Amino acid sequence: MKLSSPIALVGLVLFMFSFGIFILPPVYAVFCEITGLNGKTAGQYQGEMVAADSNNRTITVQLVANRNDNLPWDFSPQHEVIELVLGEQLQTSFHVVNTYNSAVVAQAIPSVSPSEAAPYLHKIECFCFQHQPLEASEGKSFPLVFFIDPELPEEIKKLTLSYTLFDITNAQTVGMLMPE
Amino acid sequence: MSEQTVTSDHHGPAKGFMRWVLTTNHKDIGTMYLLFALVLFFVGGAMAFVIRAELFQPGLQMVSPEFFNQMTTMHGLIMVFGVIMPAFVGLANWQVPLMVGAPDMALPRMNNWSFWLLPFAFTMLISTLFMDGGAPNFGWTFYAPLSTTYAPPSVTFFIFAIHMMGVSSIMGAMNIIVTLFNMRAPGMTLMQMPMFCWSWLITAFLLLAAMPVLAAVVTMMLMDIHFATSFFNAGGGGDPVLFQHVFWFFAHPEVYILILPAFGIVSHVIPTFSRKRLFGHTSMVIAMIAIAGLAFIVWAHHMFTVGMPLGGELFFMYSTMLIAIPTGVKVFNWVSTMFKGSMSFETPMLFAVAFIVLFTIGGLSGLMLAIAPADFQYHDTYFVVAHFHYVLVPGAVFGIMAGVYYWLPKWCGKMYNETLGQWHFWLSLVGVNLTFFPMHFVGLAGMPRRIPDYALQFADFNMLTTLGAFMFGFTQLIFLYIVITTIRSGKKAEQKPWEGADGLEWTVPSPAPYHTFSTPPVIDAK
Repeated sequence: MKLSSPIALVGLVLFMFSFGIFILPPVYAVFCEITGLNGKTAGQYQGEMVAADSNNRTITVQLVANRNDNLPWDFSPQHEVIELVLGEQLQTSFHVVNTYNSAVVAQAIPSVSPSEAAPYLHKIECFCFQHQPLEASEGKSFPLVFFIDPELPEEIKKLTLSYTLFDITNAQTVGMLMPE
Repeated sequence: MSEQTVTSDHHGPAKGFMRWVLTTNHKDIGTMYLLFALVLFFVGGAMAFVIRAELFQPGLQMVSPEFFNQMTTMHGLIMVFGVIMPAFVGLANWQVPLMVGAPDMALPRMNNWSFWLLPFAFTMLISTLFMDGGAPNFGWTFYAPLSTTYAPPSVTFFIFAIHMMGVSSIMGAMNIIVTLFNMRAPGMTLMQMPMFCWSWLITAFLLLAAMPVLAAVVTMMLMDIHFATSFFNAGGGGDPVLFQHVFWFFAHPEVYILILPAFGIVSHVIPTFSRKRLFGHTSMVIAMIAIAGLAFIVWAHHMFTVGMPLGGELFFMYSTMLIAIPTGVKVFNWVSTMFKGSMSFETPMLFAVAFIVLFTIGGLSGLMLAIAPADFQYHDTYFVVAHFHYVLVPGAVFGIMAGVYYWLPKWCGKMYNETLGQWHFWLSLVGVNLTFFPMHFVGLAGMPRRIPDYALQFADFNMLTTLGAFMFGFTQLIFLYIVITTIRSGKKAEQKPWEGADGLEWTVPSPAPYHTFSTPPVIDAK
């Protein structure tokens, strides 16, 4: 088939459309996961546990809680700044109170800064990307267990793990949100 | 088809309005494309007038900020998709069959459809101005989440309008590719193809590769808005930056789609009025192919400030600078064509020479923007506005003007008024520079784009810009007058009105008969 035949040209168009909608977004997601480009953390850690760093190298971890669109919720970390030995597991939690007078469904999205550190943050237990139904004035504690890989580049002395809480009540009722 | 061509000399166009609705003739469709672009040129220009009137003085005096945002958005969309692209497709419809000795475009019915989609697409787009919540107000780049979560309800109409424009451009591009590959006169090799046809062949492939990505990005927006997906919605685990990557993956090839056919036009006008052959025909073709190839690997230079790793910034910086090499080849080839030529300065030549000078200024500010560390200062300032208006107005639009003046005698068989043409050129030249040159200065000083108000220190330059914009805008009424009077009462044009012109289109009478090259012309081996 010649390159200039209409069928080949239609094929090119269909390919580029599928490329834009079906290939680019997943490739971007994988690319970001490998490079930590957009500060997104990987899913739950599946690898082996590592021993704490023998040189007792430490890192400062800041935990930040954000509310999207300034939703009137109380959302705060148990610890704001922690000094942590690399490889050491840390158990902490975030606390949220629904101050609305009606039930809501929230979802927390994590982000790591600097983004180069994202691939080295391993979460053993996390509440991100989960639907969190909260009754009116119900409070809840979200547990978080993580450790920092001792392979973390030398120049990173401090990293910030931030969670942003989104109201997905309406998306929830449509029932078409991306699967957890 | 071949049976019909035997009798084709005896039947002319059908009569009445239905001629234009049903036509499959490349000349009719080309005319409709060009007139459509001309009408929208004034619509988009009126929106620019609103923008510049508001920016005449600091403070808010003419329109609300919401309406100002709608004006900047609609001005950009109309000028890109409604003026420059249809004008180029119109020129291609008229000229490609004439230049390669083909009787018509290869797919004439599809040609009719691809034109007639446009009036409906733009009616839909412009009708959003009268809807609740107003027209799209998120800028022509429609970044998510501005264009999804925070968009006015009319965004759905915007998405469908973009889809229709995309289908139209894709069909137009396919038609040109099939025509150029299959319907060249016997004996005309690909490398012998005239430069305008080459530029359009490359543009058409860019369109086929880029427009579907635009369709993909607006489809993802539609899904996010109405079907609760989260491609660009951080709340659902998506990423707004993904929007920018997909959008610019389309939009950088798009900006070359907006300039390559102008390169082609200038490559005909300069040799004609220099009375020399085009210098470096082969290198011109290779340079355009190189530009088209590079177009797909430089997109992230539009988003240096979005937070990229250093390696990414460097890659996109160097690959962007690489584009200056093939572009430089073209500029030097045009200058070398003029060198020691026997030059004369009729209106098309004036527009073409101004194109070379002013497009190079636009290219130079583009190189400045390509420097990643400096771009953090220039990003989203009027410096960017100055840059892309220099490549689009005295670039693409002047290229179209040069082409229209150059081929108008062939299209309507009448000569335009040379004195008025010169007036049109010189007033446009002064107007365009008065409008866009001061934007460099306010941009470097930090004036942000897309804001209806500004700090006092930018007042003088903005006043100059507004005066220049009104001058440039009203000057285009001279162009309208020239085109109308030429068609109605121009002097009879010769078959070849330009002494130094070369090419098959000058071997048919003026005006070009309704059906040309029913028998293929003989190409003498060069």
